[in-house]
Amino acid sequence: MKCFSRYLPYLFRPPSTILSSTCHTEADIISTVEFNSSGELLATGDKGGRVVVFQREQESKSQPQRRGEYNVYSTFQSHEPEFDYLKSLEIEEKINKIKWLPQQNAAYFLLSTNDKTVKLWKISERDKRPEGYNLKDEDGRIRNPSTITSLRVPVLQPMDLMVEATARRVFSNAHTYHINSISVNSDLQTFISTDDLRVNLWNLEITDRSFNIVDIKPANMEELTEVITSAEFHPQQCHTFAYSSSKGSIRLCDMRQAALCDKHCKYFEEPEDPSTRSFFSEIISSISDVKFSHNGRYLMTRDYLTVKVWDLQMENKPLETYQVHDYLRGKLCSLYENDCIFDKFECVWNGSDSVIMTGSYNNFFRMFDRNTKRDVTLEASRENSKPRAILKPRKVCVGGKRRKDEISVDSLDFSKKILHTTWHPHENIIAVAATNNLYIFQDKVN
Amino acid sequence: MFPKGTKRKFSDSGEEPVPSGDQVPAASTAAARTLSSSYSLQRQSLLDMSLIKLQLCHMLVEPNLCRSVLIANTVRQIQEEMTQDGTWQIMTQALAAAQCPADRLVATEVLCRQTDPAVQASQSPKPFSVVGLEEGYHTEEVVMEGDGETEVTMSTLSPVSPQLSSTSYLAGPFGMGPCWEEEEEDGDCEEDEEEDSEECVSEGEEAERDHLSADSRTGEQVFGTFEIKHPAPPPDPALEELFSDVDPSYYDLDTVLTGMQSAPKMGPYDLLESLSSHAPTALSSSTSCRSDLNELDHIMEIIVGS
Repeated sequence: MKCFSRYLPYLFRPPSTILSSTCHTEADIISTVEFNSSGELLATGDKGGRVVVFQREQESKSQPQRRGEYNVYSTFQSHEPEFDYLKSLEIEEKINKIKWLPQQNAAYFLLSTNDKTVKLWKISERDKRPEGYNLKDEDGRIRNPSTITSLRVPVLQPMDLMVEATARRVFSNAHTYHINSISVNSDLQTFISTDDLRVNLWNLEITDRSFNIVDIKPANMEELTEVITSAEFHPQQCHTFAYSSSKGSIRLCDMRQAALCDKHCKYFEEPEDPSTRSFFSEIISSISDVKFSHNGRYLMTRDYLTVKVWDLQMENKPLETYQVHDYLRGKLCSLYENDCIFDKFECVWNGSDSVIMTGSYNNFFRMFDRNTKRDVTLEASRENSKPRAILKPRKVCVGGKRRKDEISVDSLDFSKKILHTTWHPHENIIAVAATNNLYIFQDKVN
Repeated sequence: MFPKGTKRKFSDSGEEPVPSGDQVPAASTAAARTLSSSYSLQRQSLLDMSLIKLQLCHMLVEPNLCRSVLIANTVRQIQEEMTQDGTWQIMTQALAAAQCPADRLVATEVLCRQTDPAVQASQSPKPFSVVGLEEGYHTEEVVMEGDGETEVTMSTLSPVSPQLSSTSYLAGPFGMGPCWEEEEEDGDCEEDEEEDSEECVSEGEEAERDHLSADSRTGEQVFGTFEIKHPAPPPDPALEELFSDVDPSYYDLDTVLTGMQSAPKMGPYDLLESLSSHAPTALSSSTSCRSDLNELDHIMEIIVGS
């Protein structure tokens, strides 16, 4: 694990936010982070409906220690608050998920979604502008045609780089319930959007139609006991996707079998341990995130206390189980009371699928090395990490004597939760969202 | 972040705050003696907490369905366990005894709008918080009548089914009182906008369906239709007219489920209008709403300013 204990923290944040984690505006809370497929861009979405995209600097020989820092590339308002007049309810503009499309030309494309609407954004650069129009002069005023004696061809002249984001598609009116995830297919033509009860399949080109491929809404809503919590396409097989439920199960579906994929082809669930059964067993088994490994052979799931790695060939139990913060098991009632037990943590693979990472409370996040079975707890906070200083591993003291550097369970700050993290697709660079601050950590290079 | 107070450990799980009020009637302690009393108190406290969570509605934004489902499942689980212990029946009987029987209506939209967390918190420590909360709502409704929300009270299916009446109060974020028995029937009751509670009354006669109805009511609470119900409706022409141009698909749970109110059909101000013009006729047909009628008249006087 030595590379992970030697992270250099850089602190990045969008220039428009107010910066202290104790007094921030609600709209600045980061609600999603995502690297693009090359790792060159990093997108964040916040509660105010804005998307901020960071771009990695080109490495320069003159300043080798500033190896590829991320700077703000583009900022735009993706979603606005809406009002559903039918139900007299507000539709939040909070960005729930961002997913990048792989780059196919000079422009970048991403999908962003709030509770009800998915949008496809094109982010493109403009560094030239045409000059020398015939019908209008340089200020833009229309010229009197009778004064034009000769014609010229407009010429492209260089200008300061401008990055503009335009909404190219709006996929709306397909979800009665709140969208919790989106996933782009490996065919690069379709994507799925998932709400509490349904999964819809879209074509990226067609906005007025979507296909419902999973529907778990019961005929009688009184019988509803389970909801869909997340869904993702398989990274290589364009016909396979998985969705997780609030009861701790994952279903793998094949779209070739039927138009409506209500019958799963694989069902992953770990039988409950009767010795640990309590009134909270079901709640803590609810899966908050599901992610395929990059190689497509494993699935990772996050429930309230653990991260599990599943082999797609083995349905009856996970391959590996990692305890994220088992010391909270004795606090479940308090966490239920203050609603923390419903927090939805995400989990993420590194590029080689050898390390997994997830967040916790007190601005802690955890990494687990699947090969060495070692794990580390790190903290994302300005007080504890000076720029370019190596992150120090943290430890939570469970009982008995507390050592000097340890923190006791009762001192944990449950308002500081790290729900969203992302890992660069190839390198050891991670981005961690702590409320309204974005932390980017890089592996130290000697 | 944690409530620092006396903490106890579950036999198999976490810690819980001590319930601050302890008014377990003699009848229920008799049964509770068979269980560890601290476990049953903890369980009761968890049940109260869960019911409060289901009650507290977000005014403007739709609540999280996943959270509601998980809480409702927890409540169901506790109720099942309490039913097996026999404590559920005892509790509901005691509730029925404490409650004054009268047919009343519940408009959960109003309950949500007028939910006062302080009221609930003060009521919750009682083991039979169901009654306390109900009374709390009742009081609130009279006070805040300026909004014209008068049908705020619970339908109690008296006198035949005291158990059911006691548990019928629980109006969840979506739910309505009366028609929760449909789960055992065909489930078509709740879809209709002007449903009568008589059907529900008749079903309520069977005591052994107690726990089932409690379960279904929980489900109904959370996921059922939002409607304003009338005790025994002759179709009110004014109300018919009000709803005549409303698309029946509104009553589809799909569209209504995610709403916190029956707003598409009748917002608070619509209700006010309809009441001001039709209140006497609409409500005088109910013979069993006398106390509410008086309140309603009182409200109308204030509104009309006569």
